[in-house]
Amino acid sequence: MNADALAGGFSQAPIQSARAFRALLDAVARPGTILTLHGATPPAPLSVAAGVVLLTLTDATTPLYLAGSADCTAVRDWVAFHIGAPLVAAADADFALGTWAALQPVSRFRIGQPDYPDRSATLIVETDRLNNHGPALTGPGIETAAWLSLPETAAFRANRAQFPMGFDCLLTCGDRVAGLPRSTKVEAL
Amino acid sequence: MIVTTKDRKGWMSLLAKASPDRLAALMPNLPNHDFLRSPEAGAVMVQGRVGATGAPFNLGEMPVTRCSVRLVDGTVGHAWVQGRDRSHATRAAIVDALMQTAHASTLRGAVLDILQAEAAEKNQIRAEKAAATKVDFFTLVRGEDK
Repeated sequence: MNADALAGGFSQAPIQSARAFRALLDAVARPGTILTLHGATPPAPLSVAAGVVLLTLTDATTPLYLAGSADCTAVRDWVAFHIGAPLVAAADADFALGTWAALQPVSRFRIGQPDYPDRSATLIVETDRLNNHGPALTGPGIETAAWLSLPETAAFRANRAQFPMGFDCLLTCGDRVAGLPRSTKVEAL
Repeated sequence: MIVTTKDRKGWMSLLAKASPDRLAALMPNLPNHDFLRSPEAGAVMVQGRVGATGAPFNLGEMPVTRCSVRLVDGTVGHAWVQGRDRSHATRAAIVDALMQTAHASTLRGAVLDILQAEAAEKNQIRAEKAAATKVDFFTLVRGEDK
C-alpha cells in the first residue's frame, strides 16, 4: 500500500465528521442548497466533497460500490485504510460513488421494498459543475422552487415516480455538495 | 532495511502490552512526525477458545487505542495498544516506524530488549505463583476391588 493512500483523512475526526454530517443533513433537508465540505484530501479522481461524504457516512457496515474511474487502486486503498467499507457490486451497495455516466444504468441500484423503503442506495454523483442554474426543483424542504444543475432529468423523474421507494443522490463538485432526495420533484425539460 | 512480518508482530505485541509510563520513561523524546490517523480510543471484542473442539467464544470487550504516524523520511508506523492512553499509542506507532529505519538496533537495545526482559520476568513470577497453588489429583487404591 503506498503512503498516499494513508494520508488525507480527517485530522480531528469527531469534530470534522460532526460538522460534515450537519452539512449533509442540511443538504438533504433543503434540496438545491449548495453547501461546502472540507477536512479530507482523498486521492484523485475523488473530489474533496466526495471524500468527506465517504468518511462521514460510510464505515465497515455500509457496502460501497465504486463506479468507473473511481474504481482505481488509489481510491480502493484509501477506502480500505480510512473507512474499511466492503467494496461490492452495484446491486448490493448502500452507497455508490462515480460520475453520472459511470453510474448508468441507475436502475441497477437498490430502491428498497414497500415495507422497508430505507433499504435503498445513496448515490454520490461526481459532477463537473454544480450551481443553481438548471431544472426547477419542488417538494419537501423547498419553499417555492429551487434550481440545480443536474446531469439529466428523466432518471430523477422516474425515481420520484417510485416514491416512497427510490435512491437518494448527493451531487459533489470540488468541495461543494448538494442533496437530491427521492422526494424532490424535478421539472421536465 | 528488511523487516519481516514476524519481527514486526513481535515488537508491536510487546509495545501494545507495555505499561505506558514505562515506555514513556524509556523513550522520553519523540522525533518529528505527522499523524495519518490521530490516536483514537475504541473497544475490541476479545475472543477465546475452549473445549476440545476449540470453538471461539466472546470473552468480553477491552479498550484499545489505535494510531498511525508518518516520520519525516516517509516511514509509516501503526499501533494498537491496550487502554485509552493516547500518548502510549503515539509512542508505540513511532517505535514501530523507527524500527523499520536505521535506528532499529539502537532502539532495540534501549527500549525493546528492556521491555521484553521485564515482561518475561513478570510472566515468570506469575507462572511461579500459579505453580505454587497446583494440586496433583490421583486415585487412592482402597482395596475394595480385590
